[in-house]
Amino acid sequence: MGLFLILLILTIGAFGFFIGRLKAIKLRSASQKKITSLNHYYGYYIAIFAIVPSLLVFLAITAFQGYIVEVYVLSDFIDLNPNLLASDKNLLLAQIINTSEGIKLFDEISPLITDAVDKYIYIEELIDTLTYVIVLSVAGLLSLFAYVKIKSNLDSRKFVESFLLILFFTCSLVAIMTTVGIIFSLLYETLKFFSQVPITDFLFGLNWSPQRVFVRDSGDLDTRDLQNAFGALPLFAGTFLIAFIAMCVAIPVGLMTAIYLAEYASPNLRDWAKPIIEILAGIPTVVYGFFAALTVAPIVRDLGQNAGFTVSSESALAAGFVMGIMIIPFVSSLSDDVINSVPQSLREGSYAMGATKSETIRKVLLPAALPGIVGSFLLAVSRAIGETMIVVMAAGLAAKLTANPFDAATTITTQIVVILIGDQEFDSPKTQAAFALGLTLFIVTLLLNFIALQVVKKYTERYD
Amino acid sequence: MFDVSANLKKRLKSERRFQILCITAISFALIFVLILFLNIFSSGYSAFYKTTIAIEVDYSQVIEDTSQFATMSDDEINKLDLFRFSKKSIYSLFPDIEDRKEKKLLIRIFSIEYEDEIKQFLIKNKENINKIETVYLTASDDVDQVRKGNYPRDLPEERRRIKDIQLEYYDILENNGRVKYVFNIPFLTRGDSREPELAGVGGSIVGSFLTIITVLILSFPIGILAAVYLQEFARSNRFTDFIEININNLAAVPSIVFGLLGLGIILNVFGLPRSTPLVGGIVLSLMTLPTIIIATRASLRAVPPSIREGALAVGATKMQAVMHHVVPLAMPGALTGTIIGLAQALGETAPLLLIGMVAFVVDVPSSPLDASASLPVQVYLWAESAERGYVEKTSATIMLLLGFLILLNLAAVLIRRKFETKW
Amino acid sequence: MNKVKISAKNIDVFYGDKQALFDVSMDMYEKEVTALIGPSGCGKSTFLRCINRMNDVIDICSVKGNVSIDGHDIYDKSIRVESLRENVGMVFQKPNPFPKSIYENIAYGPRIHGMANSKTDIDEIVENSLQKAALFDEVKDRLHQPGTGLSGGQQQRLCIARAISVNPEIILMDEPCSALDPIATAKIEELMNELKKEFTIIIVTHSMQQAARVSTKTGFFHLGKLIEVDSTETIFSNPGNQKTQDYITGRFG
Repeated sequence: MGLFLILLILTIGAFGFFIGRLKAIKLRSASQKKITSLNHYYGYYIAIFAIVPSLLVFLAITAFQGYIVEVYVLSDFIDLNPNLLASDKNLLLAQIINTSEGIKLFDEISPLITDAVDKYIYIEELIDTLTYVIVLSVAGLLSLFAYVKIKSNLDSRKFVESFLLILFFTCSLVAIMTTVGIIFSLLYETLKFFSQVPITDFLFGLNWSPQRVFVRDSGDLDTRDLQNAFGALPLFAGTFLIAFIAMCVAIPVGLMTAIYLAEYASPNLRDWAKPIIEILAGIPTVVYGFFAALTVAPIVRDLGQNAGFTVSSESALAAGFVMGIMIIPFVSSLSDDVINSVPQSLREGSYAMGATKSETIRKVLLPAALPGIVGSFLLAVSRAIGETMIVVMAAGLAAKLTANPFDAATTITTQIVVILIGDQEFDSPKTQAAFALGLTLFIVTLLLNFIALQVVKKYTERYD
Repeated sequence: MFDVSANLKKRLKSERRFQILCITAISFALIFVLILFLNIFSSGYSAFYKTTIAIEVDYSQVIEDTSQFATMSDDEINKLDLFRFSKKSIYSLFPDIEDRKEKKLLIRIFSIEYEDEIKQFLIKNKENINKIETVYLTASDDVDQVRKGNYPRDLPEERRRIKDIQLEYYDILENNGRVKYVFNIPFLTRGDSREPELAGVGGSIVGSFLTIITVLILSFPIGILAAVYLQEFARSNRFTDFIEININNLAAVPSIVFGLLGLGIILNVFGLPRSTPLVGGIVLSLMTLPTIIIATRASLRAVPPSIREGALAVGATKMQAVMHHVVPLAMPGALTGTIIGLAQALGETAPLLLIGMVAFVVDVPSSPLDASASLPVQVYLWAESAERGYVEKTSATIMLLLGFLILLNLAAVLIRRKFETKW
Repeated sequence: MNKVKISAKNIDVFYGDKQALFDVSMDMYEKEVTALIGPSGCGKSTFLRCINRMNDVIDICSVKGNVSIDGHDIYDKSIRVESLRENVGMVFQKPNPFPKSIYENIAYGPRIHGMANSKTDIDEIVENSLQKAALFDEVKDRLHQPGTGLSGGQQQRLCIARAISVNPEIILMDEPCSALDPIATAKIEELMNELKKEFTIIIVTHSMQQAARVSTKTGFFHLGKLIEVDSTETIFSNPGNQKTQDYITGRFG
């Protein structure tokens, strides 16, 4: 129904455009006076009045519809039991909606539900009709208003252009709204979480086992469960361990690749080797995850066992190694940029002293490019910390504090996914813990990125 | 005078060592790309084929006069109970088998939907059905894997899912020329299934498509208009600087955080339906926006000021100068950026897991409001499944996914080649 | 008359398909300053870079012909550019000190060539080089501060000190004063007069006055060809070629 209404609004807008233009043409031929704007701007003038406010009204109604319906339909249930949990409300509502659509999940339907179903059908129809009436009358009336306002001295171009500017500006606000949305959603749940679990327990606790915590029938929790279930330190350690292994692969390989491409490779070789390496960056992470779990992990296990280690089948080493491969192109392309931005005169200065290529690279270029390279490493670290699919598929799930790369390790991102995948009750400390992990991840990566961008910026300014 | 001294010899040696190190590094990266692709392709291509086994079906046992089928509607045929009849048709392959257990094992050579396949054959050919027809039924996953050589036959019986007697049946059928290896069209058109041999990527291809279209519809206009505002109209002040920093940082926020945003705000506050391409598309749009904005701004920046000045000099307003002259010139760059953003969105998995696009969906979705999976999520789902048959399906899905990504990137490259202007 | 130090014969240089030098032959003499002049783009810098094979650094550049120093063909396969450049130092158009301390800038050459075994050796080389480049007194208190913090003229003298730190026999200078103010230029020119007692110096310059002031011999390049080479006095007072005459009297260039 929404789509149809939107089409109606757009039709009114299109109609408004034509009559606006027509009126402008008439005005132009009737009066000797000059008309300020071109004809089609008068068309847009009416179209904007017809479309924009009515769409906003429509969106507003739609946004509140769910809430109104819920309050109205569930009023009887709430009268009976004022302390109804949010999750129960959702269940009831789902049952009512299903029943109204003729889907029977339970054989017996209580009379209370049957009443509610009637109420539901009634209110839905009422709101739908009202929406049509309100939205269409807003569109129609405002078009009429705009039509009347069109006079030869109306500067419709200025109006249209100001409108566009506001529209553009609104679009650019989306980025801020996204950030605000992220911070709000993370913070909201995290604060709820920290009201139940002390922040120090979360940051420094050694035991992570959120599965043990679930809402009891009575709705309250055993506080002893809470105390010992949300120590995220093993996750931080696991994240760090896997990121460290990844960097051990990505930094040397990426840096050496960048050096080779920038300093040794012929232009021809560079032309085809660079895109191939960048393919690594374009492969979806889930593919790496599959590869890590199915191919690399068994190899690592066999190799490790042959060497006499006990290797878990989901070792941090396998996940970290594949993650490192994924990050190679980030390190190499960023380092490549940085190395290329070192002025040619420094290279020539060193060659003129009789230095070999590698001496020039090691003793002049790398020190000169160091800040930029460090910046690119930091970006890569932030990438590794935030990477999800590889670790979800190839790293372990059990949280234990370990520095042994052959052990299974779990990470922040893995636990977020494990907790939130599938259906879950929303108001439990378990789900909130996932948001707390998300906030931690957000802050850490933000800091790393911020520092890295500053470092790189400072560095590029130096050679501009 | 230019003698190569001992010291220089040493230095040249270390130079060579360094070069070898560099070459090792780059070959490591290149070889890995190769191994990854070989690994995926070699294990995935067989999923595009499936094993079928011919049986004789005596349709006259359903209705004596088979020409009557032509008068029945598809619905009526679908409602027929052909279960026992289908079983009997299969038993007729080996009329000597009496033992019930062995009969059961014989049935298990075929995929579980044999009754439906016999019906579908009927529906398709109802106009002129013969009394006895040869129908090719999909073989079960175990048989399929044996046929493809993915399943070692020489394992001891208790360690494999397929029993010796079943292998025996299969070998006899193969020797009788009843086994046919055909292109697996249902794999591309069907939804997910609990039976590997019946599972298809059709649902997730459509799901991915719907998601990407949503991303395109949302992020392309918003991204370009935002970029135009920031690059052409915004005065440089603290607020616009803030927006700029914001965009740069958003581009580096881990994707899973966008999933949390989708779960916390879009699902729980706005109440949009879970597991749907619409929500997936919105979340991925927010993720793609920074890429599009950054790319569009770069190509707007590349349009020389003389173009703007030229338009302004003939009396155009700033808005006209920008919309008529600058934006069209920057369009190829913006399009390239958008396509690259779409490619990222297409391969993204983590945020979709959090908004429930991991549901097991049998039906192919028909609108952005239907529950659905997407290609990368399908990879994740099947990779987590234990059955042998899903391994090749996973690899094949990856092949399709990579194929789509390559197409998108190729489009980006072509647009850049064709329309790029060097100023 | 000094003996011939560098002898170039039939040099052709190509950048890809484009020929930049045409059949240039020229002798340069020991412990003299030879100036190469000509309008910009005439190939004089390209020719200079043939002498320490700096053109090798550019992928698309190829050099044909023969350059010998003290009779050794420097394009011979057995010659390593590293040891060639140890003996042929170079100073560039724009001062290009490494982003390291003054001390490290000068210690770089001796270290990589293994010319010093102890810290005191290097200290001595650093001090000597700076003395010879007439920079020591200005920087002796801040040897461990970044070389990039010096003024333009000081940076260029630092680069000269760096070039002489490895005891080359020849120093190539590619318009060393073009980025400097007149006072700094005067200092460098003064320094060159000092240095030529010890080193063979080839300088590319587009200032004819500078060539007249510092050099003994002058070669005039035009459109990739060596038009004329003779003693500086002759070139500036009585050139043999009409083009040289036109150039030095300012009719073109």
